[in-house]
Amino acid sequence: MERLIKKYSKKLVEHGLCNEGSPLIGGLEVELIWNKKDPSRKILEKVINSLNITSILFAEPAEPYFSILNYLSFKANELTIHPKDCETRTFLHDIPVSLKFEANSIIKILKNRKSVIIPKHGIITIGTISPEQTFIVYSSVCFALFVKFFDDYYYSITSNNINEQQKTIFNQTIDYYKNFISKIKKVSSTNNISLKKEDEVIKSIIKTGKLTVDCLMVDSFFGNISYKLKKSIYISQTGSSLDELIGCIDKCPINQSSCAAITASSEFSAHKDIYLNTKNKAILHGHPKFCVIMSLLCRKNNCKFKGQCHIKCPEKRYAKDIPIVSGEVGTGIFGLYRTLPPAIKNKRGVIVYGHGLFIADKYSLENTFNNLIDIETMCLNLYLEKVKENNAI
Amino acid sequence: MFGWTGKILCLDLSKKQYTTLTPNQNIYDEYIGGRGLAGYYLKEVIKEPWDSEKMRLLFFTGPLTDTPSPTSGRMTIMSRSPLTGTLCDSSVGGTLGGQIKKAGWDGLIITGKSQNMIGIEIIDSSINFIDASNLKGSTISEVISKFEKNSSTAIIGPAAENGVLFSNIVLDSHHFAGRGGLGLVMANKNIKYIKVKGTGKTSVFDINELRKAREKIFRLTAASPILLGELGISNYGTGALYDLMDSRNMMPTDNFKATKFNYAPKLNAYQYKNKYEPKKTGCPGCHILCKKIGKNNEILPEFETMSHFTALIGNKDLDTVVKANNICNEMGMDTISAAATLACYSEIKEKIITKGKVLSLLYDIALSKGIGKELKLGSYRYAELKGQEEAAMTVKKQELPAYDPRGAYGMALSYATSTRSGCHLRAYPISHEILRKPVATDRFTFNGKARIIKISEDLNAVIDSLTTCKFLFFAATLEEYAQVFYAVTGIKTTAQDLLKKGERIYYNEYTMNALNGFTSKDNDLPKRFFKNPGTSTIESKIKPLKRKDFLKCLKDYYKIRGLDKNGLPTKKETEKLGIEWKD
Repeated sequence: MERLIKKYSKKLVEHGLCNEGSPLIGGLEVELIWNKKDPSRKILEKVINSLNITSILFAEPAEPYFSILNYLSFKANELTIHPKDCETRTFLHDIPVSLKFEANSIIKILKNRKSVIIPKHGIITIGTISPEQTFIVYSSVCFALFVKFFDDYYYSITSNNINEQQKTIFNQTIDYYKNFISKIKKVSSTNNISLKKEDEVIKSIIKTGKLTVDCLMVDSFFGNISYKLKKSIYISQTGSSLDELIGCIDKCPINQSSCAAITASSEFSAHKDIYLNTKNKAILHGHPKFCVIMSLLCRKNNCKFKGQCHIKCPEKRYAKDIPIVSGEVGTGIFGLYRTLPPAIKNKRGVIVYGHGLFIADKYSLENTFNNLIDIETMCLNLYLEKVKENNAI
Repeated sequence: MFGWTGKILCLDLSKKQYTTLTPNQNIYDEYIGGRGLAGYYLKEVIKEPWDSEKMRLLFFTGPLTDTPSPTSGRMTIMSRSPLTGTLCDSSVGGTLGGQIKKAGWDGLIITGKSQNMIGIEIIDSSINFIDASNLKGSTISEVISKFEKNSSTAIIGPAAENGVLFSNIVLDSHHFAGRGGLGLVMANKNIKYIKVKGTGKTSVFDINELRKAREKIFRLTAASPILLGELGISNYGTGALYDLMDSRNMMPTDNFKATKFNYAPKLNAYQYKNKYEPKKTGCPGCHILCKKIGKNNEILPEFETMSHFTALIGNKDLDTVVKANNICNEMGMDTISAAATLACYSEIKEKIITKGKVLSLLYDIALSKGIGKELKLGSYRYAELKGQEEAAMTVKKQELPAYDPRGAYGMALSYATSTRSGCHLRAYPISHEILRKPVATDRFTFNGKARIIKISEDLNAVIDSLTTCKFLFFAATLEEYAQVFYAVTGIKTTAQDLLKKGERIYYNEYTMNALNGFTSKDNDLPKRFFKNPGTSTIESKIKPLKRKDFLKCLKDYYKIRGLDKNGLPTKKETEKLGIEWKD
């Protein structure tokens, strides 16, 4: 428990989600242990002792998340925020707010949700199994709030309803993000030569996965990565963190002669169908923020599928050359494994509505990573152009 | 009343009478239904011997049964186990639970003993005791053939009639209330079958709210590779776990002397799919449909059966597994205990059991013939008879399922702490130790496992009481089911409130076992796991469990569970949970 608490408090800082010294994590085995002394522990101890859980995390998010959190939580209707991204829809459902940093109010909310945000204080998340859950949820909340802010911002400018606080946060965040993305170094290409050996494939997956996380192109344990070699697909396991893939890559025979890869990513079917129907050999899936934001920007009036864009959008939408398709995680009737593989033919990548970017390449994972950065930069610029068109900057 | 019917049917077979019980709402509030409610009503008689006239055989549905709640087509059957002496319950699918609800009952409490073999036929509030002497000795399908198609039934086979301590009750021909010998309890009461038909419908408080919750649950299950993925259990059945267990070096092999079976790739779910071209089936209201029926209507084995009828007994023939499964099903025997008892027999006799012998031994057990007279008592008693107790791989006399605990330390603890004896389903730590849900934990450590197991036991107690399916919780959580519960019953609740009820239900079970003398000394694993390693490969080394670490973890578990150092309930904890108990 102590090791995990240390690991995730460090990771929160490394991922730019918290400032050094901010995360307070408590883990309960027989006794409750903490990563540091903190006056908030008194309240959190009451919370953890009132719930059937093993871990709790409280931290003030780093900027720009903290400003966004405060802005959205003060605006929240019925003290609940409803982001439209896939992670919220699938795993969080919504993000509740407690106006008071007080145990009973927090307990009431956490009895039925994995997180609560407290304006001017931060985010509290809980885990039933491991501190890893607190990190995952914290990271997802930050991601969801970021995406919602920019989705709302675009809506505000198109409806001519923008306020000064929004503008300030917008300008600060865009400056931060532009600066951040411009510093990401692309990797040198492998001269378009495919990998031939299993150990090369595994090394390449581990390296590219870590790079994707280090560049903050995917949050917590989401995202997936694969490479096809001969008659097998090597793919990251479900719930694995792309920066920790050693021992977490499943070899899946394409003919499915073994189910040992039942633990493979939930997007295994989509990856497999892409390999079967194209000449691609490498696939990378991340959650770059402006790709996701761009996918949400549709203001079509009177659409009969309003509110169901993620599963039923009938439009052929694009971010320049990149198709935007509907589809949910996995293999359900609205699963992205139905929409993504046909859309990615002869394309660098595809954005799945509210979810993230899938990139495929005929040769290497390095190329997919470089394309990921290019497409995210392109989506950032596209977003800014759209905002500019509405004279809001 | 929404969700529940508010009525329980009490049948006294000695007097051939029945009465209606109407529990107070607070009993439903505290024990929910299914396993929780059955446990509440079992406790009053738990000190009775399993074959006493006063012993109850309980069939309980939950508030979600017979509603459109996902995977709610299940129910609990409970009594005291003839095999272990602990309580014994089985969460079982099929149509019977739904029909009991439709007939207007939340559950059936059966006491007494009929003079002659009978069938109990229930149509709504009309109850008939039918002479079934002519069905004595009939197999499951022979009994079913006497009924109209698609009848909802619970039947015992010849195994139960012949005193097999691990005999099952079979629902609708292919759903099995297995493990500790519930079939024998039913046989002791001289019931060959129960048939129920209901014409009512369970009331749902807010169908729109239920639709919203369903949508969330379907989204989560679609996102689960284990459930609905191409290699998942919807496509391959629970047998999808077969390759995984072998690849993780935790497939019990040669009576748990090894943990990897070289022939596994030839006996996996893919081979069944190719050979038997199975179609999907499952419980009512389930969208996962994990049961598999072959092209010639063979009921294909589930994971535990696939594993134990191959690796555990050294069988390399696929057809033998299907035939063995069929014999157990027709005779009404638990496949885990049957195979494990054969493995124990093989070790003691120092002989490999040929494929033909596997099948003939199963018949001998079910019909109590020859060596079957000894083997029908299960591996613990058989090994004891032969003076070789160490060959019985049991916990509290119940044979262990197909997850070697040396490969998953949470499983080691949960085998020991399970209130229904050696069982994988009370906490099912495979979820996080192997399947990585909700997150992966280190399978080779006891650190942190005590609390995780306690919480998982509470969770599964809720699942079995609602009632719904444990597999679904590889994806969904109680957050979504709190919404389902509210939509069905109109009673607002939360995930944590439900978990609290699970804690009460589990603790209540501890009090029942304590009343029958079970203490910490019974919460232990076979010595083999502490002395001998499993099979190691470069990928993973399977070492013997460290006894000191295991005992420390068990001690931590007692503290967290609120038990004393002897693993016994305390006044303080029972008062806190509102459970009757005297120190």
